Amino acid sequence: MATPQLKQTPLNAAHRRMGARMVDFGGWDMPVQYPYGTIEEHLRTRTHAGLFDVSHMGEIDVRGRDAIAFVNRVTSNDASKLVDGQAQYSALTTPEGTVVDDLLVYRFAEDHLLLVVNASTTPKDWEWIRSHKQDEAVELKNMSAEYCQLALQGPDALRILQTLTDLPLSEIKYYHFREGAVDGVPSIVSRTGYTGEDGFEVYAAAERAEQLWDRILEAGRFGETDGVMPCGLAARNTLRLESAMALYGNDIDETTTLLEANLGWICKLGKGVFIGREALARQKEEGVKRRLVGFEVTERGIARDHQDVLVNGERVGQVTSGSPAPYLKKNIGLAYVPVEFAGAGQEIQIDVRGRAVGAQIVPTPFYKREKKQSAGSHQPSAKTQ
Amino acid sequence: MANVPEDLHYSKDHEWLRVEGDVAVIGITDYAQNSLGDVVYVELPKPGEKFEAHESFGSVESVKAVSEIFTPVSGEVVEVNESLSDEPEKVNEDPYGAGWMIRMRMNNPGEVDSLLSSVEYEEFTSAETE
Repeated sequence: MATPQLKQTPLNAAHRRMGARMVDFGGWDMPVQYPYGTIEEHLRTRTHAGLFDVSHMGEIDVRGRDAIAFVNRVTSNDASKLVDGQAQYSALTTPEGTVVDDLLVYRFAEDHLLLVVNASTTPKDWEWIRSHKQDEAVELKNMSAEYCQLALQGPDALRILQTLTDLPLSEIKYYHFREGAVDGVPSIVSRTGYTGEDGFEVYAAAERAEQLWDRILEAGRFGETDGVMPCGLAARNTLRLESAMALYGNDIDETTTLLEANLGWICKLGKGVFIGREALARQKEEGVKRRLVGFEVTERGIARDHQDVLVNGERVGQVTSGSPAPYLKKNIGLAYVPVEFAGAGQEIQIDVRGRAVGAQIVPTPFYKREKKQSAGSHQPSAKTQ
Repeated sequence: MANVPEDLHYSKDHEWLRVEGDVAVIGITDYAQNSLGDVVYVELPKPGEKFEAHESFGSVESVKAVSEIFTPVSGEVVEVNESLSDEPEKVNEDPYGAGWMIRMRMNNPGEVDSLLSSVEYEEFTSAETE
């Protein structure tokens, strides 16, 4: 059987030079960890700064008079609430209220939005969005190959990035962005991330990726014990899990509704018609039967993706994300369980390869950073009411 | 390059074995710990448990993955490295020393002859890396 050709980000060679271990991630050849290891990368992001290559993410450009109306019809959050320079966490929904993908919607102008979608779902999303265009006056363009995206995350992110740009970074509020030069490279600088830390995501032309990568590492004094560290996908996963942010393909997909995933806060049922609105309104009225919850393992053992959740010996649900949490030094996870077992404090067990290991449902996020300054509004996390 | 001490025997499942009379000390190789990444959890059997050769006797987990560990030879567990439950990182730091996993009384010390030498194991892992 022929090995399918893996896609590469513009930083592929840089990762290999740094000794990263590369893996197939949804068809992309991506660094899972660098020689320092996942735990060190994770901790460095929590305490100083981590740099992530997320150029595999997809970017879909939406331009035209009906840009907002169109995006509002295919996504669940209310794009009409955005102002220029603001971003929003949202989802592409099916008629059943389940999730085609979760995404960020950036507003550049009333007639210009940018949708940032997950890497492995980009082709599916592009088809979905294109095929759902009706008579709206919009022009759609898949720009994924043109952009690189670097995420600089952690308490030192602002200080490091500020040395490379004249943009007043401290004035950019959480979930807002500005356009400007970073090390002379025209960029979109967005105060967003997927780690639970303060930080920025920088979008620029793909051919400038190595320059930005090298200069940010240099500015962050990579190599020093308190310097920035390049981080792989494994650390990105444990960081987002500690912050209880949903991962598409694990915690949310086309079989889970937004309400079940505690993403009711991005379902603006009152904004007007959108795909999935009726199903979600009905489910909201009837109440969900299962819910995504966070749990901590209370006995020896590590819960992993796809393991069964037991209550009194009966299989009631499944772990969607399970991992050691390097900063919290606990073994944690997210799982769907029936609502009657979804309350914090509920004792559950996880079937860890045939062994029933005790766990307890806890409020999420597991980790919440201490905010030094007002960084704005909502954080996209799976919240337990 | 992974460290492969000359005086040990190796399995294709990446365990090492040191012969001490009729007892075998068993752990995972430097190559294996390096492939796994940070070890955060080690599950081992209890003394007295008996295993055939190439049977799973426990597991070792990194942040990202779970790997089963296999007996290179048959025998009865006489001692396990209890300290790994609190300090699993020893498997990364000193895989051939403080990171040892079990001591087994071998049923048939002749089984050791079927294992790889350090030279053969080095060839085996370099082929696997390619």
